[in-house]
Amino acid sequence: MTSIPERTEKKLGLVIDLDICVGCHACVTSCKEWNTGGYSAPLSDHDPYGADPSGAWLNRVHTYEVVDNGNSRTVHFPRSCLHCEEPDCVTVCPTGASYKREEDGIVLVNPDTCIGCKLCAWACPYGAREYDYDDGVMKKCTLCVDRIYNETIPEADRVPACVRACPTGARAFGDLGDPESDVSKSVDARGGCDLLEEFGYKPVNKYLPPRTMPGASAAEETAVPDFDGSALERLFEWVDKALSSKG
Amino acid sequence: MHPAYSVIAFTTVSGAGYGLVFWIAVLSAAGMLPVSGWASFSAIAIGLALATAGLLASLFHLGRPERSLRAFSQWRSSWLSREGVAAVAAFAPAGVLALLLLSADPAWITKPTAMLAAALATLTVYCTGMIYASLRTIRQWNLWLVPAAYLAISAATGGILLCFFLSVFGRVPAPAVWCAIASLVAGAAIKLRYWETIDSNPGRYTAEAATGLSAFGEVREMDPPHTAPNFVMREMGYSVARKHARRLRMFAFALLFAVPALLLASAPLTGFETAAYAFATVFAASGVLIERWLFFAEAEHVSQLYYGRARA
Repeated sequence: MTSIPERTEKKLGLVIDLDICVGCHACVTSCKEWNTGGYSAPLSDHDPYGADPSGAWLNRVHTYEVVDNGNSRTVHFPRSCLHCEEPDCVTVCPTGASYKREEDGIVLVNPDTCIGCKLCAWACPYGAREYDYDDGVMKKCTLCVDRIYNETIPEADRVPACVRACPTGARAFGDLGDPESDVSKSVDARGGCDLLEEFGYKPVNKYLPPRTMPGASAAEETAVPDFDGSALERLFEWVDKALSSKG
Repeated sequence: MHPAYSVIAFTTVSGAGYGLVFWIAVLSAAGMLPVSGWASFSAIAIGLALATAGLLASLFHLGRPERSLRAFSQWRSSWLSREGVAAVAAFAPAGVLALLLLSADPAWITKPTAMLAAALATLTVYCTGMIYASLRTIRQWNLWLVPAAYLAISAATGGILLCFFLSVFGRVPAPAVWCAIASLVAGAAIKLRYWETIDSNPGRYTAEAATGLSAFGEVREMDPPHTAPNFVMREMGYSVARKHARRLRMFAFALLFAVPALLLASAPLTGFETAAYAFATVFAASGVLIERWLFFAEAEHVSQLYYGRARA
C-alpha cells in the first residue's frame, strides 16, 4: 500500500492564484470547520483561547514581502498538501496508513492504522502535515474527499471547503491530469508553477504567479518641474545652493 | 529537528546492544570467544536486553504505540519498517547462538548461526541510519556518512561494552580491544568528515524556490500564518546555536571517541583493566547521548523555508 501508483486516473488538485489572494484566511477557517467534523475529525486544539494557542490545521496562509530592486510587494501565500505525484511521505510510512489513491491521486492518511511516528511529516518539504497530539495520528489535507463525491450535499458544495469559502476566487479545484480542464487551462495561460520543482515530488497543486502591472515601478522618481525663472524660484535656488554647500 | 528523548534513547541504546551482539557473534564465529557457557549466554542476553530497551523507548515516540505491530508491514518501501523487521529478526539467530554457546562442545551449526546473528545486527543498525539518511528534506541527514556513523558508533559502543564484560568474566583478548579501538577511530573519522560536510553546504533550496516567487525578487516573511508555534515549527524548526554546537561537538568527540580510545589502549598496561573499561563505558555513554542529540538539533528541515529561513 505504501507504494506509489504507477499512474492515477485523475490528478485532482488545487490551483491557487497568488495575484488574487488577499490573505483573509477564510480558506483556513472553513477548512478547519469542515475537517474537524469530517474525515479527519477531530482536529484537536490546545489552549485555543489562551496565551499559547496551537492545534492541527490543514491549511495555512503566510504573508511574504517580495523585494526586488527596492520595490516590494506583498504576497499572500496559502499552503496545504500539494498531493504530489511521487511523494516520499507515502513511501516512508511503515504501516501503509499514508497512501495515494489510484483513482484520483489524493494523498490520504488512514486514521485507523496510523501509529503517529511522524516520519511522513519529516519527509514532506512543504510542511503540509500536522500531527494531532490528542488523537495521536497525523492529519493532512484530504482535498475534502468527503465533500467532492458527496451526493447528499448540493452540487455547488461538492468542492473542497477552502475553494467554496474563498471570497475572491483565488482557489480553483479540478483535474490537473486533464489538459482540457479549466484548472489546466488557467495554469497554461498564467504560467502556473510547482513549488520546489527541483525537489522532485511533482506536486499536483499549482500556483499562479502574481501579475506585474505594466509600467508599475514604485521607485520611479517624480520628475522635477522645469525652472520658470521667477524671482521666487531664484530665491529658492539660492537657498538650496547655500544650504547644500554647508554639507 | 526536535531532539526527542525517546528517539535518542532508541538509537543509542539499541545501537550499543546490537553492537555487543555483533562482536560476540564475530568472536564466536572466529573461535576467539574467551568465555563460554553462562558467561557467553549472559553477554548475548545483555546485548538483546539493550536492544529491547531501545526498541521499547522508540514506542514512546509513537502517538499510537498499541498499533506498532503494523509497522512491520511496509518493508518494501519504508526504512522504518525494514528496521523493525530486521531488529526483531536479529533476535532469532542471536537467541539460538546464546543457547548453542551454553553447551560445552560447539555444534557445527554454531558458526553459521553466529555469522547470521552478526549480519542481522549489522543490517538493523544500517536500517536505523537509513531511516534518517533517506530523508531528502534534511541535508544534514541525506548523506552516506549517516548510516556509516550509525554503524561505526554502534560497533564502538558495543565493543567497549564487550571489553568491560569480558574483563568482568575473565580475560579480554587483544583482538577484542583492537576491534573496539578501530571502531572508535573509524567513528571519529566519519564524524569529523560529517561535520565538515554539513558545515560546507549552505543548502540548495531557497525561500524563493519554496514559494515559486524566484522571478519576483527576494522573499521575506512578513506575517506568519499563526500567532504561536505549530507542530511543523516545533518538530522541524528546532535549531541549536552555532557556538553551542561547536562546543558540544568537542564534548561529543572527546567523550565518545578520544577518551574511551585512550582508556582502552592503556587498559592492558595499567592493571586496573575492569575499572578502565567501566570508565570507558561511562564516558562513551555520555558522549553518544551528546552526539545523537546534536544529530537532531543540527538538522535543518526544508519546510522551515516557509517560516522565515532563507536557505535549507
